[in-house]
Amino acid sequence: MMNNRFEAPTPEQLAQRLDKIPDDVMVRCPVCQTTFLAHDAIDKTCPECGYGLRLGARERIMMVTDQFEEIDREVTIPARFNDLQYRQKISQAKKKTQQNESVVTGFATIGRQACGLAVMDSRFIMGSLGSATGEKLTRLFEQARQRQLPVVVFTTSGGARMQEGIHSLMQMTKVSQAVSELQAAGLAYLVVLTDPTMGGVTASFAMQGDIILAEPHTMVGFAGRRVIEQTIKQTPPADFQRAETLLEHGFIDTIVPRPQLRQTLARLLTWHAGGTQ
Amino acid sequence: MTRTAFEAVQAARSEQKITTRALINGVVDHFFECHGDRNASDDAAVIGGIGELNGQPVTVIGIQKGQTLAQNQQCHFGCPEPEGYRKAQRLMQQADKFGRPVVTLINTPGAFPDVHAEHHGQGEAIAQCLLTGAQIKVPYLSIIVGEGGSGGALALAGGDEVWMFEDSIYSVLSPEGYASILWKDAHRVAEAAEQMRLTAQDLYEDGIIDRVVDEVNDVAKLQQLRQQIAEKITTLSALPAAERLAQRHARFRKF
Repeated sequence: MMNNRFEAPTPEQLAQRLDKIPDDVMVRCPVCQTTFLAHDAIDKTCPECGYGLRLGARERIMMVTDQFEEIDREVTIPARFNDLQYRQKISQAKKKTQQNESVVTGFATIGRQACGLAVMDSRFIMGSLGSATGEKLTRLFEQARQRQLPVVVFTTSGGARMQEGIHSLMQMTKVSQAVSELQAAGLAYLVVLTDPTMGGVTASFAMQGDIILAEPHTMVGFAGRRVIEQTIKQTPPADFQRAETLLEHGFIDTIVPRPQLRQTLARLLTWHAGGTQ
Repeated sequence: MTRTAFEAVQAARSEQKITTRALINGVVDHFFECHGDRNASDDAAVIGGIGELNGQPVTVIGIQKGQTLAQNQQCHFGCPEPEGYRKAQRLMQQADKFGRPVVTLINTPGAFPDVHAEHHGQGEAIAQCLLTGAQIKVPYLSIIVGEGGSGGALALAGGDEVWMFEDSIYSVLSPEGYASILWKDAHRVAEAAEQMRLTAQDLYEDGIIDRVVDEVNDVAKLQQLRQQIAEKITTLSALPAAERLAQRHARFRKF
């Protein structure tokens, strides 16, 4: 039967038509709500406001590096965490990301400049800081110091990993010490804050960089909006904990749109190649 | 000890607990308080200054809960603002410059969660405290006196040794928060406390802290604590600075 073009389609017909459209053709920007064709988005950024959609660690590495050699790929949660529910969560995250932890570490070249590189992945239990995450970051800082190389870290995290309790908290101090040792050797530590960076990660290595960059509209903070609303009964403003607000308050050096990140990092690395101590 | 973990939580939060100011006055002589972060303001939740311990100058930094409502409004029930952590950082650096040991006394539910604190860089302030704690070459002893809540407590708990009072707790978040995040039910707080291993004894057994000290509830116990601190500082002072720092780093590196 021919379609009657002058009659409104039934809900069933509409549903059938929608089924033919693949899910990932259109994307809605979570910041400015603009809908755009995924195909039009350069480096997965919103053409309207420049917000960078969340990336997996591999995707990010492909985007910013010329070469990348992973280290400590096999490092995973210590055996002492034997809670069944937590173990299940970990295996799901591993399956989803094809990684063993919420951070991928290694050595890279960015615009011919060699550096240590860590990229966190928000798809792995919200990029939370587990013992193995802290261990991988610490080893990266240690090895970079031995190799006399600067370190670049892309942060994205909900904060501490509650399932690992106090051990998660200890990672904040452990990684901070490794940062301190790298910096004492006169080697640069560059941070790129990506959406979202919260809690214990903000309160440790995310805010210890010699230079701190952020992607547009990245959410960065310590206490979450809901915690503030529920504990203090305050309603934070709309632009609360966004990269632009942090820039205004003096907590980051600059905001770099994603398509310019590689070039910006390459230049910063040229200026900070090798140690001074 | 036969008490439950939740009883330990209640004991850590008890209003009978000795105040940080009283502890400071008992542990050091001639306490000289240093106010302000030299940048924006003076946070009442963090008390810091210089005093004498057996005739030797030491820097003491504590997080203070109030005893009256007015005091608690001032110090946000012992939840520091970023300015408090910057004051602590300033005093640690000052101690390092003059070769004075640092003793921190921690009693906080956590860093203050409000709009002001976020706008003034709560995360950055704690991060810099951690970095400073990793850098100072002087002996550094951290003692959790009551509540050791999350990053807000950790900021001052990066010492060569970390001790806890018998009636104190130390955890990544409150048992209420843990229950509500993991089980979506804040009423299962007693169960959460049990599972979290947050009591001084649990954390000692797990190798997170180095010593459980007696609860200070009379003058004799205060004297005993003073003696224990003095002895530890003497031992730590005997080490060459580089070795002391290396041992501090090794202490946290194992986690």
